[in-house]
Amino acid sequence: MMRFKKHAGAAMLLVLLCGGISAYAQQADTVAAKELREVSVTAARTAREVSPGQKMQAKELERLGSHSVADAIRFFAGLQVKDYGGIGGLKTVDIRSMGTNQVGVFYDGIQLGNAQNGQVDLGKFSLDNMEEIALYNGQKSNIFQPAKDFGSAGAIYLTSLKPKFTANEKTHLRGTIKTGSFGLFNPSLLWQQKISSKVSASFSTEWINATGRYKFSYQKRDDNGHLVYDTSAYRTNGDVNAVRVEGGFNGLLNGGEWNTKVYYYQSERGLPGFIVNGVFGHVDRQWDQDIFIQSSFRKDITKRYSILLNGKYAYDYTRFLAPDTARLYIDNHYRQYEMYCSMAHQYALTNWWTIAASGDFQWNRLDADLTNFSYPTRYTTLAAAATNISFNRFSAQASILGTFVNETVKKNAAAPYQQQFTPAVFVSWQPTRSADFRLRGFYKRIFRMPTFNDLYYTEIGNRFLEPEFATQYDAGFTWNKTFTNSWITQAGIETDAYYNEVKDKIVAVPGASMLSWQMENLGFVKIKGLDVKAKAIWLIKKQIQFSTKLTYTYQRAQDFTDPSDSFYGDQIVYIPRHSGSLILGADYKQWEANYSFIYTGERYNSKENKAKNYVEPWYTSDISLGRQFTSKHTRFHVTAQVNNLANQFYEVVISYPMPGRNYRFILTVNI
Amino acid sequence: MMKQLRNIISVIILAGLALTGCRKGDRIVPPEVTPVDTAKPGSAYNGFYLLNEGNMGSNKSTLDYYDYTAGIYKSNIYATANPAAVKELGDVGNDLAIYGSKLYAVINISNKVEVMDAASTKRIKQINILNCRYITFANGKVYVSSYAGPVLIEPNAPIGFVAEIDTATLEITRKVIVGYQPEEMAVVGNKLYVANSGGYRVPNYDHTVSVIDLNTFKEIKKIDVAINLDRLKADTDGDIYVTSRGDYYNIPSRLFLIDTKTDVVKKQFDIPVSNLWISGDTAYVYGSVFSYNTGKWTITYNMVNVKTETVLSTNFITDGTDKTIRMPYGIAVNPATREIFLTDAKDYVSSGVLCCFSPAGKKKWSVTTGEIPAHIAFVSGTK
Repeated sequence: MMRFKKHAGAAMLLVLLCGGISAYAQQADTVAAKELREVSVTAARTAREVSPGQKMQAKELERLGSHSVADAIRFFAGLQVKDYGGIGGLKTVDIRSMGTNQVGVFYDGIQLGNAQNGQVDLGKFSLDNMEEIALYNGQKSNIFQPAKDFGSAGAIYLTSLKPKFTANEKTHLRGTIKTGSFGLFNPSLLWQQKISSKVSASFSTEWINATGRYKFSYQKRDDNGHLVYDTSAYRTNGDVNAVRVEGGFNGLLNGGEWNTKVYYYQSERGLPGFIVNGVFGHVDRQWDQDIFIQSSFRKDITKRYSILLNGKYAYDYTRFLAPDTARLYIDNHYRQYEMYCSMAHQYALTNWWTIAASGDFQWNRLDADLTNFSYPTRYTTLAAAATNISFNRFSAQASILGTFVNETVKKNAAAPYQQQFTPAVFVSWQPTRSADFRLRGFYKRIFRMPTFNDLYYTEIGNRFLEPEFATQYDAGFTWNKTFTNSWITQAGIETDAYYNEVKDKIVAVPGASMLSWQMENLGFVKIKGLDVKAKAIWLIKKQIQFSTKLTYTYQRAQDFTDPSDSFYGDQIVYIPRHSGSLILGADYKQWEANYSFIYTGERYNSKENKAKNYVEPWYTSDISLGRQFTSKHTRFHVTAQVNNLANQFYEVVISYPMPGRNYRFILTVNI
Repeated sequence: MMKQLRNIISVIILAGLALTGCRKGDRIVPPEVTPVDTAKPGSAYNGFYLLNEGNMGSNKSTLDYYDYTAGIYKSNIYATANPAAVKELGDVGNDLAIYGSKLYAVINISNKVEVMDAASTKRIKQINILNCRYITFANGKVYVSSYAGPVLIEPNAPIGFVAEIDTATLEITRKVIVGYQPEEMAVVGNKLYVANSGGYRVPNYDHTVSVIDLNTFKEIKKIDVAINLDRLKADTDGDIYVTSRGDYYNIPSRLFLIDTKTDVVKKQFDIPVSNLWISGDTAYVYGSVFSYNTGKWTITYNMVNVKTETVLSTNFITDGTDKTIRMPYGIAVNPATREIFLTDAKDYVSSGVLCCFSPAGKKKWSVTTGEIPAHIAFVSGTK
């Protein structure tokens, strides 16, 4: 309990919230366990993580000062963020080149669904109330989890802040105001209330208002490097006005915990669109309304048996308006409904052998006012069985997931019944007596279902689609060491090499006209990659804590669909061979400073690796400086940031220019 | 200790920079030059331009040129010929034609007609027309169809118009309202015929051909033909061939014949036609037809004798190489040599291919083009 009070840090909260994202192990000799060594009290009784993910916690997120989850996860190895630019622009993530649709995003332990297009816009999730962001390749290597958690090729877990009170505290209040470039005005409020010794409540709300206006520039040079044109303009119609409100209760039980929360998000935004010859602005707009209610309950029933229950209801509304009267007028309304429930069981057979089983049921429906729309409903049943063995120096997990999908439609014809069984195996081995060094590896085969858009979007969808399969092989090592009484306090390096195959990739191919494409199972991609993460924490003159974090990613993702294609064997679109990031952070007394650098190597914006599709590398440097002030019981925190310091103009996605140098100021008040 | 730290940081930064390439500045992409055939100097046509549409939003509409006098194909020549043109040729080239000494490219998403010198490919002027589609010519005038007319009866669907442009001043002189989403046009005598598709009004397609009197520049008649009209070509006998795309479900694509003396539909040919080119007595046609009912494509090649007005029911490709063409997209016939050119748009998102066939339908050569090769304009030898 002493430890808990002293270090009631991020890891602890995370564990509480997710019902065992990871683990307090009986054997506290591993790196994973060491990293989370303060975790105790109510953490789920699970086996330790065989393959810990990449994580960023509140303090680090605050120092980075990123605006959204999408901005922050760019510092993880092995992923690419597809960014359409600006505050309100769509930002999706692609893990290890397998495609954005293969990524599962979980918020407070339950997956954020989008049955319509399978993509979660991470630009929508602010870091204002985020406790931790974690990235897992394959899956979170934990057997005591809902069946859904076994069901994606890569997963991002977002964990919101959870109340933690010292003995005589009852209320926490925090207000934040962010402002700066893009006409940003972003106030937020966090309120946490202790209700009883076992129950607490939290409430968080935020308003984001921005014009989204920023300068961009295009330049072209001739063979000799002489500038032949240089044009600048302001990005228009990138405004966003969004409100997020969420609140919930967290409770402790004897040998368990529960939580329930309500989330509401509403936004109106302009869609700034592509910039091409003669088109420097668009008028399209989008309205969103997302509501979900979710609850989780976890309890150790006997000494050996634990249960985890999860449930969710979600409603997502989107209106897309293209009011340009010179073009096709579109005013479409989409309504998605989702119901989800899950039951997971874990039984410890011995002190080294655990088995688990989970079963999920999910119901999705999509309504849209499209001509001749199918109105699909999907019934998904997931069943997973998993086992874990854990010895001092060796641990392993194996799981199998069964997926059963039924669909019905009100109009046209439904996709046929799908049934798939997909396995995963994770191993971790400590070859020497030192717990600092471990080898790890995994194999996983998984698929993603075609989305409702893939199957039923009027004139584009193709109900004959098969699931898209991804197979992953990964091997790597982790070395982490903590030092005492040294100027270096922590050092670590993690390296993974992997080979992935994506088969029957769902791609758009020519349709009846240029405006309507057809979805088909066509692509075949082989991916070889290397992720390197290195970090160190230094203590200088016992006053300055200096942290360094470096990631490097190599990806060779080649299209092997058809030898007769002109792009056979070429690197797939938008995936750089080399990319990486660097974060340098320093804390000195009340001050904190941060420098971050992101590099994305040369890429191609179309399938063929030809000069006409070449995209230059881009790299941005961001700096921030912050200071804390304390006045009686009130703590103030001020941060100033300059992003894209070198004012580099670049594009992540063709025709979607990114902002140049921009500024942000953040004031936080804690009561 | 501070020094050690500094050293370590420098090493990290240097290592980072060493691994990473740097930006050299975005360069103009030079043309790809491919020799494809023996040089034929002194041909009736010096060569032809080919306009690649490019995918919407990619700004990859490009111009290629085939030089008969050298037997060389040059892909992507516009940017090099016009380096100062901001954002190059533009987005989604939709039609291409030569009239007099000028080359006209209709760039749909870029809302402009790019007027170039046909000999040098240098820009002369840009004429701004919202959502412009196709181009035709008569008596020193240019006619451009556009989807972006005023919003009349339909609350949100603009009616189409045709703009008349003087070839000397390159200014718009008159406009006439036609049907919904007008596509191809042709002039016979003193009348302009416009195929109206109504493609923005699915399932309430337009089904008419507008007849415009070129003196008054007024619509004098609407000929009821079939839904979703698209291509429209005149033959030498004063007849108009017009294609209907159908609805991609139960109403198939068809070819219709209009007699311009009476301005009524004279005949219907029960063959699917996506594109056609009339040369002499023959209309070379292909149909690439998609059905939502089956989710399948059906590609057919055919010929129509425009003198006898009968379907020949023979493929103009006779050596079986049509099997290698994935998505026929553009068609043209050299008026002098009768060589047949057919473009293959492949998957629309990678380079296409241009195939040249002898008049007997044997494949002579093929060459890689830009993305979605589509429209061909021959440059006469007198240039």
